[in-house]
Amino acid sequence: MSAVSVRGLRKTYGKVEAVKGIDFEVEPGEVFGFLGPNGAGKTTTISMLCTLAEPTGGSAAVAGHDVVRQRDDVRRNIGLVFQDPTLDSYLSAEQNLRFHAELYGVPRAAVAPRIRQVMEMVALWDRKDAKVMTFSGGMKRRLEIARGLLHSPRVLFLDEPTVGLDPQTRAAIWGYINKLRLSEDITIFMTTHYMDEAEYCDRIAIIDHGEIVVIDSPEALKASVGKDRVQIQTGDDAAAIAALRERFGLEAAVHEGAVTFAVASGEEFVPRLFAELGLPIKSVSVSRPSLDDVFMSYTGSTIRDAESGADGNAWMRAMARR
Amino acid sequence: MATDVVSVRMPAGGVRHDLRAVKVVLHREMLRFLSDRARMLSMLLQPVLWLFVMGTGLGSLVQGSIPGVDFRTFMYPGMISMTVIMTGMFSAGSIVWDREFGFMREMLVAPVSRGAIVAGKCLGGAIVATGQGVIILAMAGLVGVPYSPGLMLTLLVEMFVAAFTITAFGVLLAARMKNMQTFFGLMQMAIMPMMFLSGAMFPLANLPSWLHVLTTVNPLTYAVDPMRQAVFSHLSVPPEVNATLNPGVSWGSWQVPVPFELGMVAALGLLLLGAAVAQFKKAD
Repeated sequence: MSAVSVRGLRKTYGKVEAVKGIDFEVEPGEVFGFLGPNGAGKTTTISMLCTLAEPTGGSAAVAGHDVVRQRDDVRRNIGLVFQDPTLDSYLSAEQNLRFHAELYGVPRAAVAPRIRQVMEMVALWDRKDAKVMTFSGGMKRRLEIARGLLHSPRVLFLDEPTVGLDPQTRAAIWGYINKLRLSEDITIFMTTHYMDEAEYCDRIAIIDHGEIVVIDSPEALKASVGKDRVQIQTGDDAAAIAALRERFGLEAAVHEGAVTFAVASGEEFVPRLFAELGLPIKSVSVSRPSLDDVFMSYTGSTIRDAESGADGNAWMRAMARR
Repeated sequence: MATDVVSVRMPAGGVRHDLRAVKVVLHREMLRFLSDRARMLSMLLQPVLWLFVMGTGLGSLVQGSIPGVDFRTFMYPGMISMTVIMTGMFSAGSIVWDREFGFMREMLVAPVSRGAIVAGKCLGGAIVATGQGVIILAMAGLVGVPYSPGLMLTLLVEMFVAAFTITAFGVLLAARMKNMQTFFGLMQMAIMPMMFLSGAMFPLANLPSWLHVLTTVNPLTYAVDPMRQAVFSHLSVPPEVNATLNPGVSWGSWQVPVPFELGMVAALGLLLLGAAVAQFKKAD
């Protein structure tokens, strides 16, 4: 039985189609990532899976329960960590967890030891009596993760679990997530728009404009791109793009302020580039395929471009549709 | 690496689970109230001001027409209800606060019936408001009301019924509300006229008929009147003064009995509770 099973799931808000009929399965024990820019439909999808939003069409089952017809069964079996804090900052850390345990009906005998266990996991046990309002953003997120785990959910949903946190805290949170997979029998479904975090996932689904573009493991996705990415800085980008097309038959575009294109072996191409481009080049960088490139080749824009609202260029889109 | 994971097997819900949820929502309400001293004080200050400043000032003016009774004694039951109403409303308002700060989501995504959450909230508000009212009860002696155990107990019960209904009203008001300003604006708009027309501040006897009609359709009237009747039954007041200050509520020529009044208030409370639950289900 899949931990999460989604068939033709759709959600429209008025005329806006936030999620356009997506299908996927998440296997038990997997860390599954939803990768996409803000506004791609990640949070809408997670809300439907968590029974917080009703699907417009299609169906979804979490831990074997239908998200519309068996809402309470789904709720019993999931843990949630939202993007925005949902703690009562006037209560202590432990009081927040106790509230959760009672609300979820955790067996009385298990409440105290389980609270201690999850709080120790996120290294907050020594702060259990402090009011949550005295916590930093990172501590609050850790406490929310502890709370999400309190009732031993089958599936833990993390909506952008590390957004707005400093690198150290982000690393710590990933440490807990990795520890979790070893110690508990749990499936993790997360959304992120950080490429480096998607690397931690067993499989990722790239979602853009409400549609899933591709689903695979990070390694397989990177292998599928194959080519290296070359970025050059020139005095005249338009001329450089034209020259690349004329002399090398390469399609290039400006991404993140640099002329960007993909070639099979970047290091060997650079000397030729300098010799034959016929334009002054200020700087050059060559990178192996990363998830950024994967994202770019499948969606036609980098995730930062997508977030700043710029549309991807035509050739990348064409490449994605081959 | 810890290997001794405390495994939690989740039970399949049911009434006992719902009761636990009611209890914990209620418990939180009390923790929140006790930790907010400023709120406790401000909720107390208003009725005390009315009672000792307004009451004393107005009292000297009307002294001649109500021989044998301190005007503050008249105002006392009204001020108890005012305290209870304000506290209950503020408790209900915390729902809007919870929504604004995200905590509502933690409650709404729990595998527990909406009814349990709303009931917990209403009971919590009612208990907190009753607790606040107890402080006013403690001042009985200052305005010439005897500390008779029977009276205190009666007032306690009547306070609780009033508090529950008013909290349910507030929760219904707050159910779909998105921000605090709107809620408190609306609350002021609803509460002020209800308070003025309830007999909390002036006696309901000998009013012009349009005003009389308004007071009899005001639900708060039926929460204030039982408290006043309880207080006056423990005083020795000349009958004509009693008729002025404590006329009771009558429909036509029928004097509405106290148990009936309380029953109406309680029934209204349950009705409002049901409506609030429906609103939460709809918003869900």
